[in-house]
Amino acid sequence: MRPLVISRFTAVSCIGRGLGATAASLRAERSGLAPCTFETVRLETYVGEVPGVDEESLPRELERFDCRNNRLAHLGLHQDGFIEAVRESAGRFGPRRIGLILGTSTSGMLATEVAYRRRDPATGALPADFDYAATHNSYSLAAFARELLGLEGPASVISTACSSSAKAFAAAWRMIEAGWIDAAVVGGVDSLCLTTLYGFHSLQLLSPAPCRPFDAAREGISIGEAAAFALLERLPEQVESGSILLTGSGESSDAHHMSSPHPQGRGARQAMEQALSAAGLAPADIDYINLHGTGTPSNDAAEGCAVSGLFGPSARASSTKGATGHTLGAAGALEAVICAIALTQRLMPGSANTRELDPAIGFEYLRANRRDERFRRALSNSFGFGGSNCSLVLERSA
Amino acid sequence: MSGIVHTRQAPPLSACVRAVGLVGPGLADWQTGAPVIAGDAPYQPSPTVLSAPQSLPPAERRRTGATVKLAIGVAQQAVAAAALDPVSLAAVFTSSGGDGLICHEICETLATDDRQISPTRFHNSVHNAAAGYWSIASGATAASSAICAHDGSFAAGLIEALTQVTVSGAPVLLTAYETSYPEPLRAKRPIPESFGAALVLAPAPGERSLARITAALTDAPCDRMADPELEALRAAIPAARSLPLLRLLARREPGRVVIEYLPRQRLAVEIGECR
Repeated sequence: MRPLVISRFTAVSCIGRGLGATAASLRAERSGLAPCTFETVRLETYVGEVPGVDEESLPRELERFDCRNNRLAHLGLHQDGFIEAVRESAGRFGPRRIGLILGTSTSGMLATEVAYRRRDPATGALPADFDYAATHNSYSLAAFARELLGLEGPASVISTACSSSAKAFAAAWRMIEAGWIDAAVVGGVDSLCLTTLYGFHSLQLLSPAPCRPFDAAREGISIGEAAAFALLERLPEQVESGSILLTGSGESSDAHHMSSPHPQGRGARQAMEQALSAAGLAPADIDYINLHGTGTPSNDAAEGCAVSGLFGPSARASSTKGATGHTLGAAGALEAVICAIALTQRLMPGSANTRELDPAIGFEYLRANRRDERFRRALSNSFGFGGSNCSLVLERSA
Repeated sequence: MSGIVHTRQAPPLSACVRAVGLVGPGLADWQTGAPVIAGDAPYQPSPTVLSAPQSLPPAERRRTGATVKLAIGVAQQAVAAAALDPVSLAAVFTSSGGDGLICHEICETLATDDRQISPTRFHNSVHNAAAGYWSIASGATAASSAICAHDGSFAAGLIEALTQVTVSGAPVLLTAYETSYPEPLRAKRPIPESFGAALVLAPAPGERSLARITAALTDAPCDRMADPELEALRAAIPAARSLPLLRLLARREPGRVVIEYLPRQRLAVEIGECR
């Protein structure tokens, strides 16, 4: 595929607001996971809650979009001059020539969960102030961002569970390649809600302790929340040295089970192979893999199988979910941004909270940070329920 | 790694429609529904009939709700009519709301002190449940997506599918579907009935292509259905926003329709001969 430049990117998660704070946490190998005190949730688990989301307020003319997810989106869009960069791009190409493709799994579901506690005792009706379209509906996220950014081009939300926002990069690339748009705002936002916390609890996939990806004694996931955004554009004639490029993407389906991965990671391998082929790379060209690495016994085993099968024992990889938690529909975009930071700083992030490596791992799993001045290419994996897989290749230009 | 900035107007996205699938109230399938939508047979509304997909393993079949049945049913119709192997067929699923009944049941349980939601309901609550079950049912290992653009979901899915056909040069299955929400959500999102439409789109005509469609953004207002009852469906169900396009395909006539997309932005679709 013809590469794109990621001309601006930003992220907010439990490890930091914006690139500076996120990079500092990664350098310090810090985890943002803490015992869950979210809302009225009573579960023995850790979460990656973003501080200050409740205090965030939306512009008055966009008040109808008010919910935790859009507050988190608002917070994320205001970091690192992202809005200004989008407006500059819209000024250059025209607001109709900028696409907007975002990923989320639960959008403003929390608003509906809370509204169900406030039903009219006589009629069962939901409260009058509950706005389904502007909060709960998956598209609410893109509708809100489109208004805030003043964009008038194609827009949609991809909601394929935990691969959602990785797939947003792939879909935006296609739209640019087809000539429908000149640039795209992509990203993902997912926020804590009761459905995912109690849902993963019902599947017995929540870890009682901070999640420990690829640890021999891993016990499950820690749910996090995040907003991560990127501005994608065609390559300029002269690519600035050190620019971060999107050079490959691959997507596949497991065709196996709704909530368990294919045991040998068949779909995962297919997505990674496709991403490499799109980037015109061989497995040995990838310096670092940011794994999906959720910390459940079966997910990490399947992904490990796929990675060692394709890349062999010399692959270097880690999951950053021990630091950020699993941010579900935002994970693809958040981890693409983490890869962009890693490439910029030439620092492969270690795996926070992982102590005893699973002896079954067939490649070099990084528990601690690794500096490498030759670090140029990263692959990021995102796999979701329904067997939905997506891998992205990011490169640092010479 | 070469690249030049190309500033250009959006070229129209185009593909051949190889086959159509349809399920809706009083519309059992495309074969019997097409004359109704074309205006050649009277529309007789009756509740949408959904059947469990036989291609799913029994354990999965037991777990599927109305939304998955609807989406898989209409997708299978189109793929069978196109005589394509679903295994390597990329799929785009688009819907405004996923499964409303499951969402209602989860929210009801979460509003109680107990909060023990069913694990099956939870994994079926994801927006891509239909895409996941489709790939399990048909052994499809190609990419699949699940898209939402509220009332513009059909157009957003069509744009994604046409973009995929254009860039990959391979056929793509587009499935738009919507089921009704139960109360009290229904009062906030009044979708009256289940409706699904599927198109198999390909870069080149096959043995039995219906038409070539070409899409472009427009400011023009949306087309409506002449039949008041079909127009009511179009206006109420996001997936049924496809009806003006389906009408031209059913009439096998060249023409142009405008369908709903985003606020201040609609999608014009031209239908021509597929050569």
